[in-house]
Amino acid sequence: MNRNVLSRRGVAGVALAAVAAIALAGCAKDEPSATPTTGAASGISTLSGELKGSGASFPDAYYQEIITELKTEAKNLKITYNPIGSTAGKKEFGSGLVDFAGTDSTVKDTDGVAAGSFYYIPTVAAPITVSYNLKGVTKLQLTPATLAKIFQRDIKVWNAPEIVADNPGVTLPATAISVAHRSDGSGTTNNFTKYLVAAAKDTWKLASGDTVNWPTDTLGGAKNSGVAQLIKQTDGTIGYVDMSDAKSSGLSFAAIKNKDGKFVAASLEGATAALAGATLKDDLTYDPLNAAGADSYPITAPTFILVKQKYDSPDKAKLVKELVKYILTDGSALAKDVNFSVLPDQIKTKALAQLDKVS
Amino acid sequence: MTTQSSTLTQKDRGRITDRAFWLLCIAAGITVLVILAAILVSTLQQSWPAMSKAGENGFFTSKLWDPNIGKFGILPFVFGTLVTSLIAVALAVPVSIGIALFLTELAPRRIKGSIVTLIDLLAAVPSVVFGLWGIYVLAPAMTPVYKWLHDTLGGIPVLGALFGEVSALNFMTAGLVLAIMIVPIITSITREVFDTVPDSDKQAAWALGATRWEMIKGAVFPHSFGGLVGGVMLGLGRAMGETIAVALLIGNSIQITANLFAPGTSIPAAIVNYFGEAGGDYTSALIGMGVVLFVVTVIVNLLAQAIVRRAEIRMRGAKA
Repeated sequence: MNRNVLSRRGVAGVALAAVAAIALAGCAKDEPSATPTTGAASGISTLSGELKGSGASFPDAYYQEIITELKTEAKNLKITYNPIGSTAGKKEFGSGLVDFAGTDSTVKDTDGVAAGSFYYIPTVAAPITVSYNLKGVTKLQLTPATLAKIFQRDIKVWNAPEIVADNPGVTLPATAISVAHRSDGSGTTNNFTKYLVAAAKDTWKLASGDTVNWPTDTLGGAKNSGVAQLIKQTDGTIGYVDMSDAKSSGLSFAAIKNKDGKFVAASLEGATAALAGATLKDDLTYDPLNAAGADSYPITAPTFILVKQKYDSPDKAKLVKELVKYILTDGSALAKDVNFSVLPDQIKTKALAQLDKVS
Repeated sequence: MTTQSSTLTQKDRGRITDRAFWLLCIAAGITVLVILAAILVSTLQQSWPAMSKAGENGFFTSKLWDPNIGKFGILPFVFGTLVTSLIAVALAVPVSIGIALFLTELAPRRIKGSIVTLIDLLAAVPSVVFGLWGIYVLAPAMTPVYKWLHDTLGGIPVLGALFGEVSALNFMTAGLVLAIMIVPIITSITREVFDTVPDSDKQAAWALGATRWEMIKGAVFPHSFGGLVGGVMLGLGRAMGETIAVALLIGNSIQITANLFAPGTSIPAAIVNYFGEAGGDYTSALIGMGVVLFVVTVIVNLLAQAIVRRAEIRMRGAKA
């Protein structure tokens, strides 16, 4: 455990070296002694105070990793992140209960956050896998239209002509397809269905949202792990699961045909490629779903942190800025361990510039 | 003189403590009412935006639930809640009464204590553990049984509709786990009630030459009917309000179907599933569901009281 933390710090150190301004602090951190860090640029270890955040559960694994790491690095800093869901997080943020909020979706009028009072800071992104359990089939390719037909129950057996056409040379059994989806309202569902709306416009009929009106003969599992369990349990089941749960449950995932016509399997590299292919809006929101680029994995979900434009006290503003900066820079070395993709440099630079405006 | 004053003060003290005790009891009683009223008022108020638009969003009357287009028909949730809790009660009541009878009438004193402890332990298992056990162990184990039931009984007209296509998660599994969860409650209450049956009643039955079953039927059941229904109602209440175990096991598919092996949904499961990402009218609709569950529970309790009253009149003469 201890060794693990140390080696992670090593990785963090390497990442730091790339960011020249804070290389000094990185060296200091590699020494496990209690020497106080003197580098003013990376002030995080000298900071003290309390920060509260809540919101999306999708990036929770990464944020918790950051919080654990900071516990050893900045002993006087107390940070909590409560994964209560994007919408609930925005509500708490809007009513001043938390200092920052995590969200997978943009702010709507009904969310209780005043327009112009906050900034979006993109943090990480992750692929949403289309995981399946089908005896004897280890490689599966799906086009968006076939995917849409499967999830809205137009196709009910695995050897349907559409699936056969997508998988030349693969023998598919006549097993019945069962579909597993999230039972809880979720940003993952929102992104998955938004992708189907974008990529299979003419086929997909269920629209998009945190919950959609799924056909009645589909199964809902609680959270990503619940869906993963449903898939694992029954032969012939397919569902959408985030990368880390799909991996830890040992599921196989399908390669999805992207905008450029290539079949790409879910991977962190594919997600980063999708981020590079996405267009960034002025408020730094972006949509990497169905992004262009030959290597892009098309079902890639972004996530953001909401910070206030102006905090009540300068101390609070400083804490928030340092934390988010850490998430974007030093901390990003931890993202890979928990199956999240870091932002490409051009987005990261803009995110840091946006963060600088916080006061 | 001194003795007189001391008795006086003692009397005074007694009156004061008596008064204080009375106030304390009244306050405790009122607190319950105030809390209940506060819950009802605030949930009603928060759910009003959805309920007041029942005409357009079909809150009470529709089975279409699609928050994306502002449709909040709650019938499938009410249906699922009732079906799973009825399955649970139907399965749990005979078992619980059996256990309670065994404990009060048959069990040797030596093993009685340990069985009671075991049943109480069952009541202490957190519901999420029941849910996880259900999803990892019970659901896969029951699937072949359901399939067999579907193959053998599915062809019967009308009745066969109950045993349709088998889904990995369904009403039946949720009901089954709920049954296990409410067995301890019903058992411990019925056991207490059976214990209160006067020995003289039982002896009288024996003396008339009754067999054990006739004695139980003639002396134990009539005497304890009220308490028995009370115990069942407590169990039913628990089953209707159970959240996590049902959310994990019911399959969360919004539909009304006779097929017990199909996935469904329930009110508490819907609230826990959707609340995090809900906003505006969606949130009000979910809170409104909570109000409906509250009302349904009250109705069920009133019905139970009515049943008890009628049955007691019938069984014991017009005394009650």
